[in-house]
Amino acid sequence: MSHTPSDFDIELRMLVEAVYLKYNYDFRDYTGASQKRRVLVAMREMGCNTVSELQSRVLHDPNGFAQLLQYLTIPVTEMFRDPEYFRAVREQVAPFLKTYPSLKIWVAGCSTGEEVYSLAILLKEEGLLERSIIYATDINPKSLETARRGVYPIDRMRLYTENYQKSGGKAAFSDYYTEAYGGALFERSLIENVTFADHSLSTDTVFSETHFVSCRNVLIYFNRTLQDRVFGLFHESLCHRGFLGLGSKESIDFSSYAGRFEPLARRERVYRKAVP
Amino acid sequence: MSLNERVAAALGKRRIELVLIGGSAGGVDALLSLLPSLQPGYTPAVVCILHVPGDRESRLAELFDARVMLPVREARDKAPIEPGVVYFAGSGYHLSIEQDRSFSLSCEAPVQYARPSIDVLMESTASVYGPAMTGILLTGANFDGAEGMCSIREHGGLTIVQDPEEAHASTMPREAIRRCAPHLVLPLADIRAALPLLETP
Repeated sequence: MSHTPSDFDIELRMLVEAVYLKYNYDFRDYTGASQKRRVLVAMREMGCNTVSELQSRVLHDPNGFAQLLQYLTIPVTEMFRDPEYFRAVREQVAPFLKTYPSLKIWVAGCSTGEEVYSLAILLKEEGLLERSIIYATDINPKSLETARRGVYPIDRMRLYTENYQKSGGKAAFSDYYTEAYGGALFERSLIENVTFADHSLSTDTVFSETHFVSCRNVLIYFNRTLQDRVFGLFHESLCHRGFLGLGSKESIDFSSYAGRFEPLARRERVYRKAVP
Repeated sequence: MSLNERVAAALGKRRIELVLIGGSAGGVDALLSLLPSLQPGYTPAVVCILHVPGDRESRLAELFDARVMLPVREARDKAPIEPGVVYFAGSGYHLSIEQDRSFSLSCEAPVQYARPSIDVLMESTASVYGPAMTGILLTGANFDGAEGMCSIREHGGLTIVQDPEEAHASTMPREAIRRCAPHLVLPLADIRAALPLLETP
């Protein structure tokens, strides 16, 4: 590489600042190492030799930013990822959810929607889908569009079926999709009560009271300052004794909110808002 | 030159605060022969990364805890790196080290078919620790780690590769030797003997 790391770090900071000032997307509190790698990939793919060149493209060409955004966000997910998480939600959270006449669920950082459909299937099987409103939010409009469409590669279905079965699924997974548009199209009724919306965990505020927040493999990309902000949002959004689900390697332990949630299923990363 | 002299010469003025050990096929056995040589009071942090299947919860930290005299932990997201602790990268996520010397995880696509990737961990660690680290690459059957070892070398760190002649799988050490000309190429027994020497300049 032609530049020294410190130059790179300076340029990276300027890029992220420029993106914030111009487009109001705030990546300033994302963890450094993985952001650095993703910017390097963006530079390579977009044919830029330096971060400054990339910055110039992003500032002067709106398409440049739309392109960069695809690299800055991480659309890596799968249906029923970590089946034991979904099993814990089914067996330990759903019984509580059944006591509410209506439910609001927030899938924060839903990316391309695989987890939204997974949760909808679970809720349907537990008889909860009809009384639920699901807010599925992300900062990447392209990912949200994919989520709305609900068409996923057929070759993933084998893994997803396996995950679904391990998670305690009660039906045949293939009941939920049909082959269409060159992929597996998921049943439209699953997202009848889903609102897909653009929402930034770094800059936006709470928009609704919720009973359950599922936010998985999002917080690992945030530094502690931003993590604290986000735990604050979830804490504010969740109703009394509401539920919070995190990714399998994420934890609230290093956050200043550690004491305000208690583990319901520690290994599976399901927490419950503590009594104040 | 004796091994001690060779290690001392390669170390130069470096003060090692972190030892990063990577491996793949045959790596568990190699680590089982290396890590028990570390005595309580060892000052560098030791970070180990092996390729493990992503769909299984890694039990490496548990396995080694019973056999190593230093505290052994899985490297957790945002956890600060402590001296004298042996860390293991968990499965299914890339592991990196941040400027504030804490761990971070990410689930970007696999690199060299691997997640965790040795390259990813080594590159991020090199840019934080510079000359204050040693990278050790052991047995393995793919190319992961070669790029990372180059990065450690470029940032001034000490690089040691297991002798491919005796490695369980020679591809990984061979590629690293070809790509980055490591400071030392040693058989496992010598790496075992060298590990305790890395803590004093």
